[in-house]
Formats: sequence, C-alpha cells, structure tokens
Amino acid sequence: MSFLRITSPHGHSPLNTAQVMQAVLLATIPGIVVLTWFFGPGTLLNIVFGGVLALVLEAIALGLRDRAPQRHLKDYSVLVTSTLLCIALPPYAPWWLIATGILSAVILGKHVFGGLGYNPFNPAMVGYVVLLISFPLQMSSWQAPRGLGEIPGVAESLTAMFVPASYDGVTMATPLDLLRQNKGLLLDDLFSSTPQFGQWAGVGWEWVNIAFLAGGVWLIYRGIFTWHAPLAMLITLGLCAAIGFDSGSSESGGSPLFHWLSGATMFGAFFIITDPVSGATSNRGRLIFGALVGVLLYLIRVAGNYPDALAFAVLILNFAAPFIDQYTQPVTYGHKPTKGDDE
Amino acid sequence: MNTIFKIHGGIHPDEEKQLSNPGTVLDAGVPPSLILPLSQHIGKPSSLCVAPGDYVLGGQLLAEADGMVSVPLHAPTSGTVVAIEPMPVPHPSAMNNLCLELECDGEDHWIEYAGCEDWRVETPDTLISCIRAAGVAGMGGAGFPTAVKLMARDRLPLQTLIINGTECEPYITADDTLMQVDAAGIVEGAQILAHILGVEEILLAVEDNKPAALDAMQKAAKARGGDCNVMTFPTKYPSGGEKQLIEILTGKQVPTGGLPADLGIVCQNPGTAVAARDAVCFGKPLTDRIVTLTGRALARPGNYRARLGTPIEHLLTVAGFDPSQNRRLIHGGPMMGFALESSAVPIIKTTNCILVPTEQELPTPPDAQACIRCGLCAEACPASLLPQQLYWYARAKDQEQLERHHLADCIECGACSWVCPSHIPLVQYYRAAKGMIKESKTEKIRSDRSRDRFEARQERLERETLAREEQRAARRAAAEQKAAAGGADDPVAAAIARAKAKKDSAGDESANS
Repeated sequence: MSFLRITSPHGHSPLNTAQVMQAVLLATIPGIVVLTWFFGPGTLLNIVFGGVLALVLEAIALGLRDRAPQRHLKDYSVLVTSTLLCIALPPYAPWWLIATGILSAVILGKHVFGGLGYNPFNPAMVGYVVLLISFPLQMSSWQAPRGLGEIPGVAESLTAMFVPASYDGVTMATPLDLLRQNKGLLLDDLFSSTPQFGQWAGVGWEWVNIAFLAGGVWLIYRGIFTWHAPLAMLITLGLCAAIGFDSGSSESGGSPLFHWLSGATMFGAFFIITDPVSGATSNRGRLIFGALVGVLLYLIRVAGNYPDALAFAVLILNFAAPFIDQYTQPVTYGHKPTKGDDE
Repeated sequence: MNTIFKIHGGIHPDEEKQLSNPGTVLDAGVPPSLILPLSQHIGKPSSLCVAPGDYVLGGQLLAEADGMVSVPLHAPTSGTVVAIEPMPVPHPSAMNNLCLELECDGEDHWIEYAGCEDWRVETPDTLISCIRAAGVAGMGGAGFPTAVKLMARDRLPLQTLIINGTECEPYITADDTLMQVDAAGIVEGAQILAHILGVEEILLAVEDNKPAALDAMQKAAKARGGDCNVMTFPTKYPSGGEKQLIEILTGKQVPTGGLPADLGIVCQNPGTAVAARDAVCFGKPLTDRIVTLTGRALARPGNYRARLGTPIEHLLTVAGFDPSQNRRLIHGGPMMGFALESSAVPIIKTTNCILVPTEQELPTPPDAQACIRCGLCAEACPASLLPQQLYWYARAKDQEQLERHHLADCIECGACSWVCPSHIPLVQYYRAAKGMIKESKTEKIRSDRSRDRFEARQERLERETLAREEQRAARRAAAEQKAAAGGADDPVAAAIARAKAKKDSAGDESANS
C-alpha cells in the first residue's frame, strides 16, 4: 500500500492565522465598548459599514489577482485592517470619508503590494493618513464625550453618515489639541478650567485608553504578539513627556500619564505598532521600533500640527523596519564569542 | 554543581507518550524474512562476505566494515541468504539500496560469542575494536559509527560523556523504556564509554516527563557508584538535540561548524550505551533494538523488541494496524521523522519509532497561507535563528543573505513549522535552500578548478613564448656579431647570414601562430 509523503514536522500547533486575526478583533471589544459609551454609536457604525465595504473590496481585489476569495477572506485580515481604521476615524464621519479610507487601506495599503504579508506599511495607517491629509476638517471634528455634549441615537447617527450636512452634533477640541493650543495657563489651571479634562487626561479618552490597554495585555498573555514594541513605545513616550513636563508650566507638554492615556496611545501601542508585517521582526528590532515610535509620537504631538501623531510615527518607522531588521539579527546558537576559546 | 541552563525557544506539543505504554517491552517475533540494508549508518556501506544460498547462524558476520567510517553487519537470526539486490530502504527519498534478504528458518540458532572478562583492565583500543566488531552505530537517529566517535579521544582533550536520554520528540518512548528495563546496562555502558574516552564525568540526561526512567537511572547510578550524575530538566522540544542538550547541561554552545568534542564533550544515546556494553562484556553483535510502534491507527501500540531488518509491515501486523483511518506512515517521531511511501521497508539500527497516526490525530496539513511575519517561529527556534527572514531569502534564493542569517546552523527540528500559524512548511524551504547552497558550492569548486587550469595553461604558453623570443634575440645577436666581426669585407657571407636570421625568425613566428 502507498502512504502520503509529507515532510516533517507532521504535527502542528493548534493556532492558525485566522485565529490570530480573530483574537486581535476580540481584543478590540473593550475599547470599542468604551468608545461607544462615551461618544455614541458612531464608532460601531463606522466599523460595520467599513467592514462590509472592506470585505467586498478584498474579494474584488483577490479576484483581480487570481486568488480564491473564499479561501483568503477566511483569514480575517481585512476585517482587522478595516476595524482598526474605523476605530481611529471620528464617529459620525460621512460615509464617503470611511469609503475613501477603506479603499486606500485595502487597495493602496495592501493589495498594490501583493496582499497579506507583503505590505511594507500598516494598511490601516495608510488609509488614515490619506484621509488626514486630504480631509483635515472632517478628520478633526470629534464628537464631544458623554457628559459634555448630547450623544446621538442610532437613527440620528445613520443620517449623519449618509445625508450630507444633516448632522449638527457637538464637536469639541480634544485634550491633545487643547494642550497644544494652551498659551498662558499653568497645567493645573488648564485642567481645572477646561471641562474636557478628566482625572488624568481627557474625559472619556482616559477610559478608552485603559480599555485598549486591557485588550492589549490580553493579547500578550495569549502570545499573539510580544511585549517588546508596546512597552518600548510607552517607555520612550513617558520619558519624553517627563522631560517636556516642565513641572506643569504653561509651556508644559503634558505629563507622562496624560500622554499614556490620551488620543491613540494605547490603541497604537497594542494594535497598530504590533502589526508584524510592517514592523521590525526580531525582539531587539521591536524594542527599537517601538521606542522610536514613542519618541516620534511625542515630538509630533507637541510640535506638529495634527490632532494626533500615531499614523505618521508608524508610517515613518515602517520605512525604517527593514533597516532595523538588518542590524538586529539575534546571535545564532554557536556564534557567541566565547571567552578563553583559543579556536 | 548540577545547574541547569536555559535554552532559547522550544515548543510544547502534546507528548502522547503514554499511548505506547513506556516501561514494557513486547516481542515482535521473528518474521518469515529479514531485509538487511548494507548501509544502516553514516559512512561507507559494509562489504559483503556471504553469497546467496549461504546458510547463516544468528550473530554471524554478513558484511564487513569497509574502511574507517563504516560498520559491520550481523545476522539477526539463523536462516538462508536468498537475495542480494537493491531494495527499498527507509530513507526520505524512498530510494532503493543494496540489501541482503535472509529467509529465517525459525530455529534461531546462534553462534557462540564471548566478551571481555573485565573491561577495566583492557586498553581503550581493544574496547573500541570490540564495539566496532559488534557493528554498533548511534541508535538515536543519525547512525554515526560509535567506534569512530570514540576515537575523538586521540584528537582532543575530553572531559565529559553525556548519555542523552532526553527523548524530547512526542510519541517516542523507546529510550524511556530502555532506561526503565535496563538502567544498569546503560550505566555500565556509559562507564565503559567513559573509560574508553578517558573522561571523569558522566552526565545521564533525562527529561522530567519520564519519572519512572529517572528513578530507575538514579537507582542504577547509585548502585554502580561514583562517577555518574543523573540530571533532569523541564520538558521542552527539542531539548534532546545534541547541541541544545549540551547547552542545558553545561551552559556552553558548540561553536558553529564544530563538534561537541571541541568542548571536550561526547554524546551517546542510551541504546548505544547498552549496545556497547553488550559488545564489550558479552561480545554480542548489534542485531535487534527497541522500536516504539505507536499512533492511534494501531490496536496494540507499544515498545517492541524487533530484529534489525524486520519489515515494517510485519511490525504493523503484530501491533494491530487499522489502515482505514490512516494515511501516513512515519519513520521516527512526528517532529523530525520522515514519511515512508511503503511499509515494505525494514527497520534499521536507527529506527526508534514507527508512527501510524489516524487522520484525526495528525491531520494532513492545509495549504500554506501568506507569512505575516508574526515571529512565532523566531520565538520557537532553538538556534536563535530568524526563520521568517530565512523563509524570504530561501524563496528569493538569496544565498548571501541565507548565509548571513546562518542557515547552516538550522538543525531542522521543525519547531518553526510547528508553530507557524500560516502552516508554511518552513523546514522544507530550508532543506531545499541548503541543498541549493551545497550544489552551488560544489559548482564553485568545479569552476575554480577549471579556472586554475586555464590560468596555468595561459601562464605556460606565455612562458614558452618568452623563452622563444629570448632564443631568437640571442640568435640574432650572435649573427650580427658574426657579421660585424668577419663580414665587413665579405658582403656575400653577410647577406647569407641575414637571410638565415630572417628565415629563423619567420620559422619561429609560424611556430608561434
């Protein structure tokens, strides 16, 4: 009788790529729940609309590239991209903004380079940056958090998405904007005089960040990615903030805690810079990658002109990833220079 | 002093060791015929000393070692040599190789053999020749002639003998079983090997998932006294890889391209230790071994003592094979074993396991997906390589980067493929890339040689041209001198000389062209 000839190893771990992607999606749930609580159903609608569109685009792109859509759609990768992008978009964004973002992310960010695994840049961040540069006004109108403004209902949200200029919700400058625009107030005075500031950072934002931190820690615990890049990023961001804190003067760049819990910090640390495809590949490389994202994030936040800096910091480091890889190869077994070895 | 060191990477697949009930040895019986490949070891095949039609007794020499790196082959039972021809052998390439077919008479008559009375008084050379004569080759997997390995003593200063009872591959329990049933034999074998090597320290390494074997080894070591340390460490695949085990036990790494002997260490398998003991103390040749027959397609999995050359199909019948659920026959374990196409091949000195899983147990791998560079492979790699990078470079056939990323240090343990969430057969890529590099190196040697030959020829031709020109110049000078000396009054003689010189040089030129 004849048996199958397969090369070793013959067994396999139970984990597959689709499960990795599913785990990432699951881990975004706490963050999405908190976002929805503070800013209303806008983010959820973004995710659903963006997700459907992304699946359709992915199927078309796969078809054009002669790949079987049934098989490749099952890897959930495009849903991760669309979900991450939609989390980053302002709630109640018009549908065409989301569509442009998804189109840029899936086609320009991913399939142009050869699809899953071949993209040099984080697709979600490609989509985000295209939008940020093309539509700065829409990208920086962020709904006021619960307690500071009216939270729209589902029907109202849908109208906001699909009927142009129908929604006149309350938008407010985010805490990061406020801090950057602060010219005369001491940090403590700014915090007490402005309703957008909460206990440690912005109202709502602090809890959004804590929720993404929780999801990220669960992913590390599951072994989906390593702690290196996130930890390095948070450390350098904290260090930079500590240096620029200036004891809370009117020139202060904000405390480390403020930066950790503001804007896209935790979301970026655990869901964006951990993208393995576009990041550095060795653990040492990930430390460097994360650390540099942290530095850039701080610099662009305090000195730049954008609402947040994550997308730019990540894309710049995506450029550098192959270079970092080249110089962070771990020492292979048997290549350690041994002391007193005369050979 | 017995600290354990940590190694990088490693994985924890389901162990599945209990399936084959370690600690009990069953008898596989004598099959109707045995197929004995002349090459069951690394090195030159043995050279035959019997012919078809010969009747042989158990233990009788069938083939002699041919040269230094080779081992002899003995008859595992009595019977008649019926054929000597190429037959399928257990090899990843499903190739045929020269085999001797022995029709067993079922009587199991044996030759008389005797060993040394007291090995402690014998010289290492005598003991090495006993081991060599008994046909002992490494029984852990590679099948390197044991006597040759022991001769490292002549080249390098050695301090430590490691008996590798790690058996980290899932499913396999052959060494576990041997350690439980013949711990004393292993310890004595280890002492003989240590005596030959002239080393003071013996480390008996047992992974902590084999408590019964560990206990037996500790008792045997204590009973025999002094120089044996039984060491145990946490279970992790591939702790039993020679290089990995050395790092676990000593904290040292075998330098790349080097041998354990460079660190003063020699590793041997427990089965090899017992075979060496049998060879030295009893003069018994290596003709059988313990094989783990396991997998859920067997009704009676277990550890069977089988004669070398027993066809695998006989063993499967003995163990109650149910082919309905099975698609794969694996020689060795699930991590590093190779799939066999046919069960008509025999077991050899290196066969520690035959695995016949059901499709449910070890499913046929799905198609590979794209590499997402998740790095799980780098976390798992015991050699601290970057498998994800090697994969790209292997696909791009980028030799320079493959060498820069130390492809040659890959031990092909399969940990990277095992963890790969995209089911990429990484090890297969590395094997192919290694083959490609080897081939291009051979090619380079060949082209270097022809370039050298070409350059040597060019040099010779130039040298010859130069020599001719010198000769010509000398002749011309001589002619001119002659003309100048006597020829002023004799224009006829001068003209003749000129013509002659011209003719000479024309002749030279035509020879040159």
